[in-house]
Amino acid sequence: MPRIGVFICHCGHNIASAVDVEKVAEFAKTLPDVVVAAHNMYSCSEEGLGAIRKSIEDNKLDRVIVAACTPRTHEPLFRRNCERAGVNKYLFEFVNIREHVSWIHAKEPEAATEKAKMLVAMGVAKAALLQPQEEMESGVIPVAVVIGGGISGLVATSTLVSQGIETHLIEREPQLGGVLKEIAVIGPEMKKTKELLDSIVKEIKSSPKAHIHLSSRMTDLSGFVGNFEITITGADKCAEKVKAGTVIVATGGREWSPQGEFGYGKMPGVITQLELERKLAKGDVPDSAAFIQCVGARVPGREYCSRFCCNASIKNAIRIIEAKPDAQVTVLHRDIMSYGTAAEKAYRDAAEKGVRFMRYGLESLPKVEMAGDELHVDVYDETLDDIVGMSVDNVVLAVPMVPIENVKDLAMMLKVPVDKLGFFLEAHVKLRPVEFATEGVFICGTARWPSSVSECIAQGLAAAAKASIPIRMGKVKIEPITAYSDPEKCIACGNCVQACPYQAIEIVTSKEGRKYAQVTEAKCKGCGNCVAACHNDAMQQKGFNTTQLSAMIDALIKNALEVAE
Amino acid sequence: MSEFKPTILAFCCNWCSYAGADLAGVSRLQMPPNVHVIRVMCSAAVKPEYAFKALSEGIDGVLVLGCHIGDCHYLTGNHRTKKRFPVAQRILKDVGIDERRLRLDWVSAAEGEKFQQVITEFVSDIKKIGPNPLREVKM
Repeated sequence: MPRIGVFICHCGHNIASAVDVEKVAEFAKTLPDVVVAAHNMYSCSEEGLGAIRKSIEDNKLDRVIVAACTPRTHEPLFRRNCERAGVNKYLFEFVNIREHVSWIHAKEPEAATEKAKMLVAMGVAKAALLQPQEEMESGVIPVAVVIGGGISGLVATSTLVSQGIETHLIEREPQLGGVLKEIAVIGPEMKKTKELLDSIVKEIKSSPKAHIHLSSRMTDLSGFVGNFEITITGADKCAEKVKAGTVIVATGGREWSPQGEFGYGKMPGVITQLELERKLAKGDVPDSAAFIQCVGARVPGREYCSRFCCNASIKNAIRIIEAKPDAQVTVLHRDIMSYGTAAEKAYRDAAEKGVRFMRYGLESLPKVEMAGDELHVDVYDETLDDIVGMSVDNVVLAVPMVPIENVKDLAMMLKVPVDKLGFFLEAHVKLRPVEFATEGVFICGTARWPSSVSECIAQGLAAAAKASIPIRMGKVKIEPITAYSDPEKCIACGNCVQACPYQAIEIVTSKEGRKYAQVTEAKCKGCGNCVAACHNDAMQQKGFNTTQLSAMIDALIKNALEVAE
Repeated sequence: MSEFKPTILAFCCNWCSYAGADLAGVSRLQMPPNVHVIRVMCSAAVKPEYAFKALSEGIDGVLVLGCHIGDCHYLTGNHRTKKRFPVAQRILKDVGIDERRLRLDWVSAAEGEKFQQVITEFVSDIKKIGPNPLREVKM
């Protein structure tokens, strides 16, 4: 008889605020083969993991269930924990009661608790039938692909090639550098962008391991960690296929285009921050300027703070005042976000150099009007309790970074999630930063979230380090979820042979002269297509066999339908 | 009679739909609490027999969710799903089970909102169709 332990996670308030975890644990104790059921504040904490290991030992458990978050992020952690306590890691079953219960039924605690019970019952039913499995290994193609040649992608590429890893860098524009190539200096250190970009690009170009694809896009991706096939299509519509072990997404973002805010598009002096950058790069410095912060940011529909815009305005205000000491420069802001030591110093320096900082509220937005040929800005000042007016050459709109266009197409190709705004979602902000839940695919830079140049560089380095691990190891562990057949049940009809997308199944003849389907495990990717194609229940998939899945359905029928009567 | 609370089973493929369901959770998209997800690696690993079993034993509805056509992690798995489930629905109809109790749809990893929409719609549809009559037969 299996000895099952069930551990229900509070996840702080994340689960416990909607699901009565104690009730679920009490219910779990009534399920067949369950020896112990407990609840932990954070199952994934060292304390929670230790409690599970102790319980495995004390209760001689041979099956472990954790009902917590999604297996797509935390399953490896709990599997390792089982292994440490001497239980084969494939005797672990994960039940998702956070993403699939508490977070989506937040206002229905009773129904959420019932649903959590059902999912636990289904998990227990499956766990009782789990078999220990051994992992297999598969080779890794020692090549990386980086999508996006902005600062994050460039840093990732140069890091990979400096390790001797062959790397394909795909950039959709004819030049490398992304958004940064339009910006002359980077604050707060006033580092010349060209020097930074040139040094990285030079390093990449001098490496025989780097392959740069300009004016190109990734148009298809298939395969798995260690063995991806990527189609790169250039401007001439020529498609090239490359094989790679890992992929880094560094597609960046773009400046949001104002939709007529503060006269943008109608009054010629009203420009965006990036337009000011281009002007300043040409030496075209205005005699006076008013920066308006948070234009189109921290408003309904775009609630986030891009975090670089305040620093960009401070930097450009200083540049203007240093070029023209008599220039009148005002920054109109809702709050100044100049975090960190260097940026905060730049903020103070700007004020000392004569840049005026004035706060405005959403209920009293600055007014921008043409007074004759001049741009005129009126803003309500809280401390004076009066309207302050100023005439300026330029009104500079500090607008947020938004995701690139067609991000959903790219996300679908990569099978990775994006948030509702279109930024990519990494597997876990703290546990698995710069990684996607899909193994072998990594993320860095503004594609993930608007980031400063130094953050982009750090993330590019991090993503390259992560992406080089499988390549350096030369092999990846393959989940033992491959198919296997029962020669006794098989009638050699060949349906599974046809269903297999990988030609991993063939009909062979046994010594006794009996024909049956045989799976070549090394070729099997564990899709289970052959299992559904088999009419005789002869074909099965490890970890998802038909008795396990049927037991889950039975558990739902038994617990949901019979209890409800 | 108390309000009808359908019991629904959903099969989600690991790569797209399960991830889409996770995204719905991360995005805190609220939806009816009637759907119980079983994770499978590919929508084409779902035997129609599972749906037949569930529906003939009283489950009110079965959802099969996979990657969009062209995005299957296993190249062409969902093409099989697409062919297979209309046949399964036809069989249900032939044996007198309302075929609308079985629904096939596509939800990508980036489509938390689509997941919410499919779940909400399906639960509402099943509520309109009413309780599975085979549930009483079984009792």
